This record gives sequence, C-alpha cells and structure tokens, in this order.
Amino acid sequence: MKTEPPDRAPLLPDDDMLDFGAPADSFGYDFGLTRRSFTKLLGGGLILAVGFNGKSQAQESGQRSRGGFLGSGARNLAARIHLGADGSITVMAGKVEGGQGARAELTQAAAEELRVPASQVQLILADTSLVPDDGMTAGSGTTPRTVPAVRQGAAAARNLLIGYACSQWEMEPATLEVRDGKIVHGTGRRAVSYADLAKSVDVARQFGQAIPANVELTPVKEWRVMGTPVLRPNALQIVTGTHKYPSDVARPGMFYGKVLRPPAYGAKLVSIDPVPAKAMKDVIVAQDDQFVGVVARNSSAALDALAALAKAAKWENAPGSAPSSKDLAAYLRQNAEGGIPANPFAAELAGAKSLRRTYYVPYIQHAPLEPRAAVAEWSEGKLTIWTGSQNPFGVRNELARAFHLPEDSVRVVIPDFGGGFGGKHTGECAVEAARLAKAVGKPVSLRWSREEEFTWAYFRPAAVIDVEASLDAQGKIATWYFININSGPNAVDTPYSVPKKDCQFVPSKPPLRHGSYRGLAATANNFAREAFMDELAASVGADPLDFRIAHLDDARLRAVLERAAKEFHWSDRAKQKSANIGIGLSCGVEKGSYVAACVEVALDHARGKLKVNRICEAYECGAIVNPANLPSQVQGAVVMGLGAALREEVQFENGKILNDSFGKYLVPRFDDVPEIEIHLIDRPDLPSAGAGETPIIAIAPAIANAVYRASGKSVQSLPVRFA
Amino acid sequence: MDATIGFTLNGKPQTVSTDPDRPLLEVLREDLHLTGTKFGCGEGACRACTVMINGQLTPSCITPISAVDGQTVLTIEGLARDGKLHPVQEAFLAEGAFQCGYCTAGMIMGAAGVMKENPGAGEVEILEELQRHICRCGSYVKYRAAIRRVVGLTQIEKRRA
Repeated sequence: MKTEPPDRAPLLPDDDMLDFGAPADSFGYDFGLTRRSFTKLLGGGLILAVGFNGKSQAQESGQRSRGGFLGSGARNLAARIHLGADGSITVMAGKVEGGQGARAELTQAAAEELRVPASQVQLILADTSLVPDDGMTAGSGTTPRTVPAVRQGAAAARNLLIGYACSQWEMEPATLEVRDGKIVHGTGRRAVSYADLAKSVDVARQFGQAIPANVELTPVKEWRVMGTPVLRPNALQIVTGTHKYPSDVARPGMFYGKVLRPPAYGAKLVSIDPVPAKAMKDVIVAQDDQFVGVVARNSSAALDALAALAKAAKWENAPGSAPSSKDLAAYLRQNAEGGIPANPFAAELAGAKSLRRTYYVPYIQHAPLEPRAAVAEWSEGKLTIWTGSQNPFGVRNELARAFHLPEDSVRVVIPDFGGGFGGKHTGECAVEAARLAKAVGKPVSLRWSREEEFTWAYFRPAAVIDVEASLDAQGKIATWYFININSGPNAVDTPYSVPKKDCQFVPSKPPLRHGSYRGLAATANNFAREAFMDELAASVGADPLDFRIAHLDDARLRAVLERAAKEFHWSDRAKQKSANIGIGLSCGVEKGSYVAACVEVALDHARGKLKVNRICEAYECGAIVNPANLPSQVQGAVVMGLGAALREEVQFENGKILNDSFGKYLVPRFDDVPEIEIHLIDRPDLPSAGAGETPIIAIAPAIANAVYRASGKSVQSLPVRFA
Repeated sequence: MDATIGFTLNGKPQTVSTDPDRPLLEVLREDLHLTGTKFGCGEGACRACTVMINGQLTPSCITPISAVDGQTVLTIEGLARDGKLHPVQEAFLAEGAFQCGYCTAGMIMGAAGVMKENPGAGEVEILEELQRHICRCGSYVKYRAAIRRVVGLTQIEKRRA
C-alpha cells in the first residue's frame, strides 16, 4: 500500500482494504481420507503461520461468498424477519455477541424501523441454520453494515404492514402511521398489527422476495429507540448466572475432551503408546496422525488420561532455530518480504532538519476470559457445534473442510460468549471437539485451558516501524516516510497534512501464528506516528497540541483533539514542567471514527515505575446508536490499551511461551484503572461507525508522550519502560 | 477411588460420589449443572470461579470437592432469594456494568461476600477484594459505579432502619 499526496488511503473499509478483518490461518485440520491432520500447523516446522500476506480469506474466495468477511446477507425478507401469528417478532442476524453490544444494538435497529419497543423484538444471532450470513463480527462492521441491513429489512416489513392496511381500508399509504406495532384507523375502531400481517398469504409471498435496496430508513432526528440507552436484552441472565455461554452448553450423554499439545511449536509427534490411557475407565483415545485427543466422563478424568498420553509420547523438535522474543525485532527486519523500501525523499533530507526513529511493538495475547470452547454433536452424519467465535459461517466452512462434509451438513451455533477482541476468528477448538465426538460417538465438550489459550491461540502481530521526516524552515513537516514491518496496514497512512509522504506495510515472516486484534495494526501505527510527532514538535520547540493542529485539515480529528485538550486543560497544564508528573496527548482515526486522549502519569524515578493517574479521552463515531453501551466500549478499549501500553508482552523462547498464565501475563485489574473521563461527541448528521476498536489506539502513544515530556527520554517500544 | 461427599448447596442438601480430588468448580459445572460459576484460569488468579464456602469467598477452581464435605456452599445461582435479586445483582443490572459478562458472577459473589462478612464495608473494602478478579473487557469503571451504588443504597437503608 503506497500513498502519494494528495490521495489518501481509504480510512473506511472498502473492497481493497479488508486486511484488518483477515482471519488468522486456521490449524488446517483435515480428517478426510488422506489422514493429514495438521497440514499447516505442524507441517511447516517452527514457522507456525503461513504468513500475513495482507489478503484476507474473504478476498481470496471472493468478497460476497458465504463465510467471507462481509457475508452474503439476507436472501429475502423472510431470512431476516419472522412475524408470528401470535404477534411475536423474531429478527435474525449473523453477528455474534461477545460483550461488544451487538445484541442490544441490532434489537434497537429492528425495533426502530418496525415501530415497536425494543422489548418486543426477539433476536436470534449466529445460528448458521437460522440466520443470514452477515459476515464476520470484525472490523467494527456491525454498526456501519449490519445495523443498516437489519433496519432495511425491518422498514420493508413495516411498509408491508402499511400496504396491507391500505388494501384493507382502501386508503393512501401517506395517511397511515405505524405505532407500537399497529396501525389504528382514524376512527380508532379498526386496527391492523404485525400478527394480522403474519396471517396474510399474500404477505408471506412478499416475504419471499429480496429486501428492496431503496427502502427509506428513519432519519436520525425521528429516532425513538436508536439513540436511546438500551440495556443488553439478556442482562438478567448474566447477573443471575443463568446465561449459557459456549463452555456451559451440556448435551445428554456428553463426554469431556482434552487434546495433546506438542511441547514446543513445530515439534512433531514421532510415536505414542495409547495403551495406558485407553486402559483407564470410560476413556477413549482419538488419534489421527499428529492429532491425539482423549475423552472421558469428566474433565479431571480427561486430564488424567491426557497426562498418561503425554508420558507415552515421543516428540521431535523442529529443525533450525526460531527467534526468541528478545531477538524478534531484528528477525522481523531481516525477514521483511522484498526488503525494506528506502526513503524516496532521501535527497530532501540533506540540509533540512530531520529525524529518524524505529519503534517496536511486541506480540500480545487477547486472553478473553472465556477460553475457546466447543460442544460437538454428530447425528446421522450431520454435525452441530456450539462454540464461541466471531466467524460463525467461517467456522462452519472450516468444519465442512476438515470432515469433507457439505456445508449444509454442519450447523454452528454461537451462544453469547465470553470475549473475543478479534481473537476468536477461527474454529480450531470446534474442529477438535467434532473429531473427539466422532471418536466416542457421543457429544463432547472441549474447553481449552488458560495455558492453551496463551500458547495455541493466535497473537496480535508484533511490529517494527521505521519513521523518518524532514521539516521545512517554518518548522512544518516537509517529507514523511513510514514503514510498518509485519503488523499490518491499518492506519499506516498519516492523517496529518504533509506535502510528500510514503507510507507502507511490509509483511515479514512471523515466528508466531498471528491474526486480528482489537484495532489491529492501527494501535502500533498510531503509537509510532504519535510518539514521533512529539519528538518532531520538540525539535522545533513547538507544543505537541499546536504542532498537531498546524498539520491538521481533518475537521473531525481536530474536533476530538481540541475537545480532549480543553477538558484536560492542556494549554494551562503544558506551561508547568515537572520531572515527576508528565502529561501527554495523541490522536488518531481508524474505521471511520475519531479519537484523542490526554493522560497524566506519575514517574517514580527512584523505583523506575510509572503510574497513570488520569486519562481524558474524546471520541466521535457519528450518530450514537446506544448511549448505554458506547461508554462501556470506550472505557473497555481504554483499559485494554492500558494493559498493552504498560505491561503486556508475550515472551517466548525455544518454541515455548514463557508467560502463559494470568500470574505471569499481567492484564489490567481494578487498581490499574486511573480516573477515566470519556467525552463522547454525538454527530447525528453523520453515519454511525463501529466503536469497539478505535478508542484503543490513542492510549499507548499518549502515555509514551507523557513519559517523554517528564523524563526527556523518548519512548520507542511497548510496553512503555521507564528507568 | 470415589468418595461420597455431602454438603449444603444453595440452601439444599447435596450428595455427590466422585473422585475427591476433582475441583469443586468442575463438580458444580459438570455433575450438578450449575454453570453460573466460570472457569477462567484454573489457578485462582482471575476469580471467575468465586463461590462462598461457609460464607468465605473461595476460588472453586483450586478447591477439591473433598474440602466441602459437611460445609455450606453458595454459588451465584443461590444468591437471589425467593425470586428477589441480591442488592449487588440489582446494582450491577442497574448500571449495565458488564460487557461479555463472563466475569460478572465472580465479581458479584466477591462483592456480596465482602458485604456479608462486613455489613459496614465500603467501596475501598470491596475493591480490595475485587482486586483479585479479572475483567478482560475492562468494565472496571462501570463495576466501580455498581459498587458505589450498592454501598450507597445499603447505607441509606441502614439509616432508615
């Protein structure tokens, strides 16, 4: 991706830029006749991933294919909405709920256009036998794409109700209005409702037709349900512990499984003696070349059997040497595909004030609190899976491929699950559960351990980023060179106005299996760019806020930056200088929404420790759909960003993850959370953008800049170290 | 060798015959189908598995079932009484405090446990306990608001009484 002025890289997803949603490579299980169980994962030696080629599976298989990034959508109105003769309204969508708020938001979308209260809408999410394929739940896509699709269907159904009333009463549509799911005739004695519509044979025929693309949606100023705070519809089940997460699903006669993992990445199973495990009570061992698993009547019995298998297994380590986390930056640089492009503006650097820096961002893990889990049940050659994933149709396809089944023989159900953050795009756990269930001939529940989740789930890619800029005589940026190695193209372009720029993403050879993550590469790219901006500002003696504003033409980005600065009293506070207290700011744009943060950190020079005292973030994502959920998303992103900024870093050596537990990989807890102020800017005049990711990107650079300001030492790698 | 273990579970007598070394969490979830208590780490480091044993907050993932023989166990399913939510549940609901909700039962049990042990407990005491818990969605700000709400309401009730 090369950008030249005056063109800007697209900031909104389009057909050329879907990389942020690219699923990680699957394990490549194949349980077909060829008996190749690990075609990719273990066949490739120590190199786990096939490579982040900047192309998603969706792109490779065609944009609108089933199971692709965008999905194929609802083929007709009946696929989106079911009206019951009893007055019930059921809406179906292929998105999942992993805590980000899709269930409330899509309920609002349908209720708004149907003109019913949100409580009247039943929403079925992500059951591949019941819902349309709305694509992956990724890339902040639910709000800008699925909400409009659901509204379109609901508005079409409402129009049918109006049409039905017109035909009954011989009236003009313009004179009729749907309220609370009914149309009441002027005299009040006659009314039609969605229940009447459900009984009409003619309407049933119309439900079989495609949803008209030009159906008119309710303008923001007339919203009654959207734009109002709506609680998650199954909130009561959450606080009472009765909601069934994927790991809670139980089926009659169910067994519990475990899978034997290699002792290190790339290690190959040479031999195994399954006899001791098989001799254990009610234990069944399943082996398919490199895949070895076990099922038993409960998890402890399965773990005992697994231990017996592990004892009787001989492994061969992968040849060659893989890098450890300590050597990662050099390794990624050496393995940059096609080398690292040189700065095309080198000639202009001579004689001008210029600066060059290299930034480093490590691998981190999503660590959703619910590990990967799946229940598999076979019945007459057909497979049903309950699992936690952000990619229901993709998982279905993965299962169909692994077992050589037609796609319609596989049903994937995604109950609302315990966190994804971009980390649950694949279906390896579902495939494993299905393989085990096949072996025992009974339903099997498989839940990964925390260590498995830290080791065998994919990671957020590490990044090495080179930045170089030159300044003109007025202290403005003249040339801008920015190369992201390995982590991705999101927000690789600069939102600042610069006359000449070259911004590129260069894939490398990632030593760990990596994939999506909340905000993906935008966090790394924003960290590098915003930290660099502060050093550039300092080099010309400019205030970081003033320096940014002097380079900002984008009114929306400028608005969030000015808002955060105002609420933080940046200009007053910037006049004071302290070695113990630092303030920093940053801003950015990604996936159509805008963020800026100001932070205050306290530096303990004696102990080399830093503490974040305050975070003030301004955020704008167009028209706000659910003001009850949006603050949660923004606060959650801020806290997650804080973890990655201060502590999180996957350490590995000799093909092993060294910090594979919550005791060693420290995620934020209550006392890490500073005073967090969120200032949301509502823009009812603009389309709504998804808000689950972008609020994360401003945190690390703002903290880095605060440390730089107080200590005078610039920060060039994450997590931020101060000593 | 299986053992027979008898205890009081959410106010009712309960007997299980099983391997006495199995974690309480596993027996609750797999044998007794009480899945409100969650697995997060298996080492007591995230406290999604929090239950009360004789009123004491306990991580059930590292507690063998044998340890509850003759004891009283309370799980999230037993917290509401006679169809009425516990004040902590009400506060979490009122604040819409959770995101994915997977840690929520543990958080609610943690707060309810502190308040049971110390009816005068304030935000500081409750958060000191909840420091052991992990919410990966980062809902701490709203959780704190829910704790403030329940502490405030409890104090108002006390003044009325």
